[in-house]
Amino acid sequence: MWLFLVTEIMFFGGLFLAYFIYRQWYPAAFASASNKTNLLIGAFNTTVLICSSLTMALAVHAAAQGKKNLIVLFLILTLLLGGAFLGVKAYEYHDKWVHHEVPGANFECEGCADAGHASLFFSLYFGMTGLHATHMLVGFIILVVLIIQASKGAYTTKWYTPVEMFGLYWHFVDIVWIFLFPLLYLIDRSGAAK
Amino acid sequence: MSQSNRHSVYDDVPAAPHDEHGGDHIVPIRTYVAVFLSLIVLTWVTAFVSTLDLGALNVIVALAIAIFKASLVLLFFMHVKYGTRLTKTVVMGGIYWLLLLLGIVMVDIMTRNWMGVPGR
Repeated sequence: MWLFLVTEIMFFGGLFLAYFIYRQWYPAAFASASNKTNLLIGAFNTTVLICSSLTMALAVHAAAQGKKNLIVLFLILTLLLGGAFLGVKAYEYHDKWVHHEVPGANFECEGCADAGHASLFFSLYFGMTGLHATHMLVGFIILVVLIIQASKGAYTTKWYTPVEMFGLYWHFVDIVWIFLFPLLYLIDRSGAAK
Repeated sequence: MSQSNRHSVYDDVPAAPHDEHGGDHIVPIRTYVAVFLSLIVLTWVTAFVSTLDLGALNVIVALAIAIFKASLVLLFFMHVKYGTRLTKTVVMGGIYWLLLLLGIVMVDIMTRNWMGVPGR
């Protein structure tokens, strides 16, 4: 799983690189476009995802102790918290769609400095959070399988490898978001740079 | 199934439940809770600090906090602190790769137009 996660670092790394390059070239566009994201919603969502990481760690902990009901409970909580995160993301996406902030024919960034390059920020926003959300959706499917298997008593103290491996995956997805949040939501929130 | 005449290289390996940890280590829940609370606090700290005008320091502080949070998740939630040296090497390898990618490319990108000659 760690080797797979290293390939995931490469996968996301490319997008992070693109972000840094364009932010370097068009700082004003990135700053004003970033301010279109909602800081409170972003911070809240980050909190939700960190909670889901805690419940996932507790699920692995319960599996190591062979406590079947706790494993199922924590896996379900992880699923619910992850679902809440995606729900909030869907709301954010819809909000952007309604405000014409989705790159394409009808794109417009209201009151944005260097609006011509603002769409670059939003392309990266949707690309990076979309890739992240896709990873979470895959995680959901696996979580459902894990919950079913756990409730059948498949995981014991002698063998709970799937739970542990999925835990690594889920924490990795959390780490990606830990970087996405400041890079996408927290550029120049003081409004000082002009 | 009789295995008396079959020998494999795995015959003498001890059947400990989680060899990949180099020992069966269960992280206490209070460690998880402490890490969790730190992550939450740091999230709101970084959100708040972003509203202050620190100039060029804003990015550095935000990334430093993010790196620290990621380290907490890696070391404790992902058990790397309690892992084998192989695990740690693989993780460091991935991080090193990313630093090379970002570092080398950004050194190029950020130093363009420094020399006042085309392409530099």
